[in-house]
Amino acid sequence: MATTKTLELTVGVFVALGLAAFFMLAMKVSDITSLADEKGYRVTASFENIGGLKVRAPVTMAGVRVGRVIGIDIDRQNYEAVVILSINPKYDQLPVDSSASILTAGLLGEQYVGLEPGGADNYLKDGDRVKLTQSAMVLEKLIGRLVTSMTAGDKAK
Amino acid sequence: MSGWLQWLGRYALARIARLGRGSLFFLRLLGALSFLSNRPGLIVKQIHSVGFLSLPIILVSGLFVGMVLGLQGYINLVDFGAESSLGTLVALSLVRELGPVVAALLYAGRAGSALTAEIGLMKATEQLSCMEMMAVDPFRRVLAPRFLAGFIAMPLLAGIFTAVGILGGYFVAVEQLGVDSGTFWSQMQASVQLEDDVINGVVIKSIAFGVVANWIAVFEGYDTLPTSEGIGRATTRTVVNTSLAVLGLDFVLTALMFRGI
Repeated sequence: MATTKTLELTVGVFVALGLAAFFMLAMKVSDITSLADEKGYRVTASFENIGGLKVRAPVTMAGVRVGRVIGIDIDRQNYEAVVILSINPKYDQLPVDSSASILTAGLLGEQYVGLEPGGADNYLKDGDRVKLTQSAMVLEKLIGRLVTSMTAGDKAK
Repeated sequence: MSGWLQWLGRYALARIARLGRGSLFFLRLLGALSFLSNRPGLIVKQIHSVGFLSLPIILVSGLFVGMVLGLQGYINLVDFGAESSLGTLVALSLVRELGPVVAALLYAGRAGSALTAEIGLMKATEQLSCMEMMAVDPFRRVLAPRFLAGFIAMPLLAGIFTAVGILGGYFVAVEQLGVDSGTFWSQMQASVQLEDDVINGVVIKSIAFGVVANWIAVFEGYDTLPTSEGIGRATTRTVVNTSLAVLGLDFVLTALMFRGI
């Protein structure tokens, strides 16, 4: 039987290994920086149609992730979708006339919100609203439009 | 006909009685846990035997499970040009399901069966009765330290299994098959959430499995028939019942946790 000292040593090694594994899962495997988004400032944007956008989708500017979608709701007055974006406080110099559009990563990838900077001197603050928005492209509508334009072309002949 | 019905009734009653004994046993076990704050040495010894000594099987299995996931994932994803999602595939399957479940199944085979056999033999050779004669509560001295040690060891083993599995997948994908290392990690980090996947998956599941696996192991040992054959049967029952309970519980937990995703 092992002596108490070696026993305690092996248990110490075991517990340390276990904690190191959890540390790796937290830091390396999952994105711990996503917790920082919770503390970001909130900006809302209204869209006619958000397509397949989901809560926790990334918000990017020039391809760089600057925040995350933290809420999606319907505006009761005009039935538009209201998307609440949480922007990392590090990026606190986004012009007020920036525009937001819903984009797709790859052909069939997940949807995200892309911000285009405007030219104004004032910056977006907590609780502001992005006024210029562009809805998601819905594949069915695109195909529908294509089919209509093709049949219209046939009739013209 | 009536003989058959009587057999069914007796069988059902015996099952229900056993379930009741198991529940009462669990309550007594929880009551005995507070005693352990005075005797931490008892737990250390048990963590050594159920945790540290289970490390080789957990490390090797985790490595191979991760490597197989990497290889199979690559073969199937490369047809769609989607091998960049390999990190996501390996990490999510391990973190959400395979890590805690396979670690619990291995734990049942490696440590649970040993716990049952040890306690069963103590009962068969009347060591437990001897302790009671000497006014030593076997629940405090024998059963509670084993249960608590297993309860502590299970989440640690599941975490180690998962982490080693991801490293195994990384080894196959990046070193052998040439997936870009940066893509592998960044795709993984983009899709694995700390609270939804790591906490819900590895942590909560393995804590639940730790309770179930150790409860079954300790109870089967305590409830065994005090014969050699009885110990053999109790050991088998531990492995079978733990595996069934872990797989069933895993479905329930998954259905509760990942419903909205």
